[in-house]
Amino acid sequence: MAARIDLPAGGFSFDLAKRNAALEAQGATAPKATKTGTTIVGLVFKDGIVLGADTRATEGPIVADKNCEKIHYIAPNIYCCGAGTAADTEFTTHMISSKMDLHRLTTGRDSRVVTAMTLLKQYLFRYQGHISAALVLGGFDVTGPHLYTIYPHGSTDKLPYVTMGSGSLAAMSVFEAGWSRDMERQAAIDLVKDAIEAGIFNDLGSGSNVDVCVIEKNHVDYLRNYARPNERAQKEQQYRFAPGTTAVLKASVRNLVDVVEGDAMDITS
Amino acid sequence: MATSSAKEASFSPYEDNGGTNLAIAGQDYCVIASDTRQSRGYNINTRFAPKTFKLSDKTVLSTAGCQPDGNMVVTRIKQHMESYKHAHNKEMSTPAVGQLLSTMLYMKRFFPYYSFNILGGLDKEGKGCIYSYDAIGSAERVPCLASGSAAALVQPFLDNQVRNCNQVGKPRIMAASPVSHLSLDQAIKITKDAFTSATERDIYTGDNLQIFIVTRDGVEEQVHPLKRD
Amino acid sequence: MASIKLKLPQAAQNAQEPITHSDGPIVTGTSVLGIKYKDGIMVAADCLASYGSLARFRDVNRLQAFGERTIIGASGDIGDFQYVQDELEKLMIKDFCLADGHELATPHVYSYLHRLLYSRRSEMKPLWNSYVVGGVHSSSSQRFLGYVDLLGTTYQSSTIATGFGAHLAQPLLRKAVEGREDTLTEEEAVKILDDCMRVLFYRDARSLNRIRRAKVTKDGMEVTDPYSLETEWAFAEHIVGYGA
Repeated sequence: MAARIDLPAGGFSFDLAKRNAALEAQGATAPKATKTGTTIVGLVFKDGIVLGADTRATEGPIVADKNCEKIHYIAPNIYCCGAGTAADTEFTTHMISSKMDLHRLTTGRDSRVVTAMTLLKQYLFRYQGHISAALVLGGFDVTGPHLYTIYPHGSTDKLPYVTMGSGSLAAMSVFEAGWSRDMERQAAIDLVKDAIEAGIFNDLGSGSNVDVCVIEKNHVDYLRNYARPNERAQKEQQYRFAPGTTAVLKASVRNLVDVVEGDAMDITS
Repeated sequence: MATSSAKEASFSPYEDNGGTNLAIAGQDYCVIASDTRQSRGYNINTRFAPKTFKLSDKTVLSTAGCQPDGNMVVTRIKQHMESYKHAHNKEMSTPAVGQLLSTMLYMKRFFPYYSFNILGGLDKEGKGCIYSYDAIGSAERVPCLASGSAAALVQPFLDNQVRNCNQVGKPRIMAASPVSHLSLDQAIKITKDAFTSATERDIYTGDNLQIFIVTRDGVEEQVHPLKRD
Repeated sequence: MASIKLKLPQAAQNAQEPITHSDGPIVTGTSVLGIKYKDGIMVAADCLASYGSLARFRDVNRLQAFGERTIIGASGDIGDFQYVQDELEKLMIKDFCLADGHELATPHVYSYLHRLLYSRRSEMKPLWNSYVVGGVHSSSSQRFLGYVDLLGTTYQSSTIATGFGAHLAQPLLRKAVEGREDTLTEEEAVKILDDCMRVLFYRDARSLNRIRRAKVTKDGMEVTDPYSLETEWAFAEHIVGYGA
């Protein structure tokens, strides 16, 4: 009689996700992640793609980073805006960027946006939404300009203008009212800036500055802090403390090494 | 809908509408300030909804938390003060309003007003006077206080700058002492910096800053812009 | 002989079960928008009453005039709104019968609605609505635009949007109106509201492009007949697929 062989179950294991849910049900709390409560957008214009993002990162009600970067590099001709858990968007885009790099070296051809999109959606689908990355992917390749949104569960859209994040509705209202086919470069940048600013000023999850990335055929302009509509005003006072303000309760100096007067150095031969 | 299972989460009578309040009491003044943003979730309802209200020439009340409840607290306090005036032919003193507020909050012990109040003004001797409350009426007189969404950011700043906590070589003001030693000018500067800083880091604080300055000459109101993001 | 069975409400069947009647709205109206402009107040709402995801009634009026110079726009449960309409009418009749020369102005109606909604929320029997109350005072010509909802939350602002409109229309309204409340003409105000209602129709799945609009000025009130907004879908012809 043939021995029964237990083959490993196929597919992907969610045991840890189940374990975490069980622990949380018992009252354990997971460490708090930094979210990018975010407005991110992208649109197609006459000569390419414009991506936009705000620069606020939050931890609950607290602003964790006032000027973070949400437009991530994927390939020389492809960039990707990320909303959701900061770590997830950063590591996901970084990993896909690395895969695209290897793919270019293997094939000797420039990257295509659809390749990055497929890698991202397959990766996110595998994790069934546990990786909280909502992405706006844009680029210009041999087949022209492309703009995608990728949701945390792995679904995608291919549309002429898209928004994501907690400020997506504010930004989308600007697009719905102002977008048109074959816009000029500057008009497209202005519309993206307006959409991001709608998020910055109307959505509490978004704030600070506007980052813009313009991707055209063989040319990318990454316009970090393209607009800074939220400069902090001068403080009323300086808050410097005189030396000695902080109390020293106890001081001790310890010798970490014993210096021993040793024999004279051996200088023979 | 004939189905028996409720589709939405059951009704909650409470909501947090955000916002921050602050008060500093001095020898002969009291400063009470709040931002004017009213929010709901990630939305801004309005950029100008006052949370601090002048009750008399020497008393001011600020609220944070659930706006409808705070509004009701202010309305009822005003009604009581009016009726007190007609009954006794004099204005209620700040400590008396302070006691009234405590009683009023505790009366709703098991369906509380979700409202974090600061009562500020001048006491009978003309000294600055601040009362701190929790939602169900526990009250205490303090020299300086922050409440609302950025309270955890602002209170340590006040403890350090107003009460000189953790500063060697400066006289420390005890938490139980009634007033600080600051000049009015310094108190206003600290108030403004507290709010511009809270606006930087608390998403529920911003838009405008309303400062009420209570002195023996009455109540002066100032409004300053804050960041709107 | 078959007996007649009475189906009792859940609460009566089993006292242990929580009462579920206030757990949510049934037939609902979506966003109401309101703005201040040079001559007064302008409010808009669409004509749809939804039953869940079903577009159930498509010619419903959600703008209610109160007297000569107050307009009330309602979103949320339509049944609760109709009850509030009855209460307002009673209030109106009472005030008329007093014949004391006192006028129920917009802030009074606003206050009444606030107290009604707040007392109902405190009884845990909320009236599931958000209201926009707008008006112009008959003698001072002062404009009033306020918001009240099922919790009793109130605020006044130069732009107000309820429901989904708070997300989608409010950013556009603020940009168009803030700082220009005293210079916006009627034509500009109409365009702003029409544009916002159109954006809402594009993105709010519980909305309709058939809308009513009301304006209140010192000279009185005008509520339009329902009219349809032009929409543009040509861009859709260029959309192919969702990815590869």
